[in-house]
Amino acid sequence: MAYTAQDYKKGQPRWCPGCGDHFFLAALHKAMAEIGVAPHDIAVISGIGCSSRLPHYMNTYGMNTIHGRAAAIATGCKVANPKLSVWQVSGDGDGLAIGGNHFIHANRRNINLNMILLNNRIYGLTKGQYSPTSPRGFVSKSSPYGTVEDPFRPAELCFGARGNFFARAVATDAPGTVEILKAAHAHKGASVCEILQNCVIFNDGTHDSVYNKEGRAKNAIYLRHGQPMVFGENNEFGLVQEGFGIKVVKIGENGITLDDILIHDAHCKDNTLQLKLALMEGPDFPIALGVIRDVEAPTYDEAVEAQIEEVKGKKPYHTFEELLLTNDTWEVK
Amino acid sequence: MSEQLIVKERDEVIVRFSGDSGDGMQLAGNIFSTVSATVGNDICTFPDYPADIRAPQGSLTGVSGFQVHIGAGRVYTPGDLCDVLVAMNAAALKTQYRYAKPDATIIIDTDSFGAADLKKAAFATEDPLAEMNIDADRVIACPITQMVKDCLAGSGMEPKSVLKCRNMFALGLVCWLFDRDLEVAFNYLREKFAKKPALAEANIKVIQAGYDYGHNTHSSATNVYRVETKDKVPGRYMDITGNKATAYGFIAAAEKAGLKLYLGSYPITPATDVLHELSKHKSLGVTTVQCEDEIAGCASAVGASYAGALAVTSTSGPGICLKSEAMNLAVIMELPLVVLDVQRGGPATGLPTKSEQTDLLQVLFGRNGESPMPVLAATSPTDCFDAAYMACKIALEHMTPVVLLTDAFVANGSGAFRLPNLAEYAAINPPYVPEELKGTWTPYQRQEENGVRYWAVPGREGFQHILGGLEKDNKTGAISTDPENHDLMTRLRQQKIDAIPVPDLEVEGDKEDAELLIVGFGGTYGHLHAAMDEMRAAGKKVALAHFKYINPLPANTAEVLRKYPKVVVAEQNAGQLAAWLRMKVDGFVPMQYNEVKGQPFEVSTLVNALAPLME
Repeated sequence: MAYTAQDYKKGQPRWCPGCGDHFFLAALHKAMAEIGVAPHDIAVISGIGCSSRLPHYMNTYGMNTIHGRAAAIATGCKVANPKLSVWQVSGDGDGLAIGGNHFIHANRRNINLNMILLNNRIYGLTKGQYSPTSPRGFVSKSSPYGTVEDPFRPAELCFGARGNFFARAVATDAPGTVEILKAAHAHKGASVCEILQNCVIFNDGTHDSVYNKEGRAKNAIYLRHGQPMVFGENNEFGLVQEGFGIKVVKIGENGITLDDILIHDAHCKDNTLQLKLALMEGPDFPIALGVIRDVEAPTYDEAVEAQIEEVKGKKPYHTFEELLLTNDTWEVK
Repeated sequence: MSEQLIVKERDEVIVRFSGDSGDGMQLAGNIFSTVSATVGNDICTFPDYPADIRAPQGSLTGVSGFQVHIGAGRVYTPGDLCDVLVAMNAAALKTQYRYAKPDATIIIDTDSFGAADLKKAAFATEDPLAEMNIDADRVIACPITQMVKDCLAGSGMEPKSVLKCRNMFALGLVCWLFDRDLEVAFNYLREKFAKKPALAEANIKVIQAGYDYGHNTHSSATNVYRVETKDKVPGRYMDITGNKATAYGFIAAAEKAGLKLYLGSYPITPATDVLHELSKHKSLGVTTVQCEDEIAGCASAVGASYAGALAVTSTSGPGICLKSEAMNLAVIMELPLVVLDVQRGGPATGLPTKSEQTDLLQVLFGRNGESPMPVLAATSPTDCFDAAYMACKIALEHMTPVVLLTDAFVANGSGAFRLPNLAEYAAINPPYVPEELKGTWTPYQRQEENGVRYWAVPGREGFQHILGGLEKDNKTGAISTDPENHDLMTRLRQQKIDAIPVPDLEVEGDKEDAELLIVGFGGTYGHLHAAMDEMRAAGKKVALAHFKYINPLPANTAEVLRKYPKVVVAEQNAGQLAAWLRMKVDGFVPMQYNEVKGQPFEVSTLVNALAPLME
C-alpha cells in the first residue's frame, strides 16, 4: 500500500510560529510516506522539551515520555518488538544533557533506532537557558555573564560511543532532511540525525549561516557517499587531505583539479576522516550536511533474537514445566 | 575425644557454616541444604555474607556464614541458634560462636588457629576455646587444611586450588554427622563443575575424606543427628531460593499470559540473582537487557510494556529511588509493569547485603503527584513464586505498575518448593482493545466493571495512539490541563487501584479468642509464625495476621485489626506498616515492635519482647 504524508499527520502543532520543528515535522511526514512503513507499525518516542511534543502530531503509535529517557524507552520498545520501526526524538537538552547516558549507550549497543536530535542549542520549554550544545561564553538567562564550559559536539559524542551512523540536515532544508531520514531508516542500527533547528524566541539565528538556501550554498557542503567533496555556489571549492587534517582548496588554483578532491566514503569503518568532516565549522570550513557515516554492524535487537533462537535449538527445555524439571527434584509420597 | 557414639533423633536441626569469605561457605551450605532436602526434610536457609567481595583474609570483617534449618516437619525460619557450627578459621569462631547453642557441636580447622590467625581474630591468648569458654568436648578439632593437602597430594592441582577444597572436607564431616547420602552431593558437584571434571572429582574426593574422618574417629564426641521426614504434602519438590522463585514466577506468568517476558535491569545486591536467573532462560524466549543504569532498566521496561511484552524491572531500594520517575510514567500512561524491590538495609547504600523492610513507604508514596500503585510482599522464599505470579497478573489485568517487595533474607534464603502445576493457576487475561471498537476507541476509554483502560499494542491497524507523561483528557486522550479533567483522572487512577480484588487477610493461631494479634508483612512471616507457635505452646492466646497484599489492603483488614484486644505490628523498620494501617483504618492505634538491624528477627527475641505485651 502506498502512503502519503497525510497518512502520518495528526493534530495541529503548538510550536511557536517560525520554529524549526514545524519544518522538520513536515519533512518527517514526507520521509515516512516515501519509506512506506505503515503508520501502525511505527512508534515515535520522545522525552520532554519543545521538540518532544512531536509524537502528538504523528498518526502513528508513540509516547511523549519523561525528560531524558526517550532513548532508553525506545530501546525497550525495539528489543521487545523488533518488527516496529522505532523513531526516537529528542532535543539537545533531552538527548545530550539529562539523557546523555542513554544516548551513548544506545549508540554503543547499536539498537536499530532512528535517533533524531533537534539541536537548537538552547532550552526552549523552560524559557531560555543554555544547553550542552551552546557555545562557550553563551549568554542566556542562566548564564548572564556567559557560560564557562565547552559544548558537546554531537558527532563527536556519537563516534566516541562507537556510533555507526551520523547524518546532519538543516530543518528548513526539506530535501536534505528527507534524504537523511530515509538513509537513517535504511541503516540497520542506531542512526543519529542531527537536525540544525532554529529557536525563534530564545536563540534566534543560531544556525543562520546555513539556515537558508543561499547560506548553505556558501557555507555548507553536502556529503554523498562516493562523490567528490565539492561545495560553493558554483562547486568551485573542494576538500583535500593535508597531513593529519583537511584543507579547503579552490579548484583550478595552484594546480588543483577535481581529481585531487577527496571522495566521500561514509562506509569506511575507520571514523577518523568522518569525524573531521563532522566537526568542520565556519568561517574557515563549510558545515557538513548529509550522511557523514553509515557503517553496517551487528545490531543489538537482531543479536538478541538470534541468541534466543540459537539457545532454543541447544537447550532441551522450552516450557515452564520443562524448566522446572531441569532442577534436582525429589518425590514426597 | 569420646569413643562413644550417640545418635540423636531430632525434629529439627540448625547448622551454620562459617569461614573467610573466600572459603566457599555458601557453596558448602547450599550443597548440604540440597542433600537434606532431597531426603525430604523441610529446609530454610540464610546466607549471611559481608558486603566486601574479599575483606582481608582471616579478618573479623571478612567472615561469611550460611545457616540452614532442617526439619522433619515444616520449618518457618533459618533458626536462631545453631546445633552445629563450622568455623573454618579463628575469626569465624570469634564472630559466629554467638549464633551457637550452649550445647552445640563446633567443628574447627586447627590449621587455621595459628598464632597469626589468632592475632588477626583479636584473641588475647593462645587458647581460643578457653578464652571463649567453650567446652573442648563439644569441639571437633580437625587439621582440615593438612588433611585436604594429603588427600589431594599427587593430584597435580595448584596449592591454591587445593586449599579451596577445604570447605568440602567440612561438608563431608557434616554429612557424616547427619548420616547423609553423599551421592546427592557428588551429583551436585558433577553438575556444577560439568566443564571441569577433574575439579569435580577432587572435591568429591575431599568430601569423602571428610566423611571418612568423621566415621573413623567417631569424632562427633557426642552427637550424630538424624532428622526424619514427616507431614509433607505429597508431590515433587526442589530446593529454591527466593530470587529464583521470583524469576520463575515471572516466567510462569508470561507463559500463562502468552506474552514475551522482558526484563530491564541493572546489577544491584541483593537483586542481581533475578537478572542472572532470567538471563539463563533464553530457550523460553526470555529477553533480558542489562541496562546502562537503574533508570534505563525501568524506562526500557516501560518501552517494552508499550510494545506489548510482560515487562519487569528488578532492583533493590537505591534502584527504586532512581526508577521512581519512570514508574510514575507507567502510572500515568496506565501500562502494565512489575517492579521488583529486593529490600536491603538503607538509607543510601546502607547495608547492601543485609535485610530490612524499610522500603515500604517509599514504594507506596515515593513519587511525585498522586501516584497509587499496588504493592505485594512475598512472605517466604517459596512464596516469591506466587507473589511474582500475582504481581504480573495484577499488572497485566489492571494496566498498572505493581511493586513486588521481597528482601535480602527471603531472596537469598531457600526452602523446599513443591513444583507448581501451572494449569492450577488463575488465567491472566490482559484487557486487549476489542476489534469492534476500532474507529471510536480512545486511549483512556475504560472497562465499566473495573475502570481499567484497554491495551492497544502497536502493530494493530486503526488503534494508533500517543501516550505520555502529560495529563490526558479522559475522553479524547489528548493533552489536557483542564482542572476538572485532572481532578477526575486523579480519582479514576485511584479508583482503579482500589478496585483490584485481593484475597482476605487470614488469621492463624487463636483466631477466635486471641488476646494478642501479631501483625506483620512480607519476609518476616516465618519468624512471626514461629514466635506465635512458641507463645501458644506456653499457653498464651495469640494470633497472627500477616499481610502479603499491602495496596490495596484486603477488604477485611479493618475487621481483623479491630477484633482483638491487643494488636502489635512487628516489622523490620521504624514502623512503616503500622503507619500505613493507621492511615487506612480509622482509629487503629497498634503497639509496635521494630528492629532495624539488617538481620532477620530471632524467634526467642520476639517471644521475649511480645509476651510481656500481654500482661
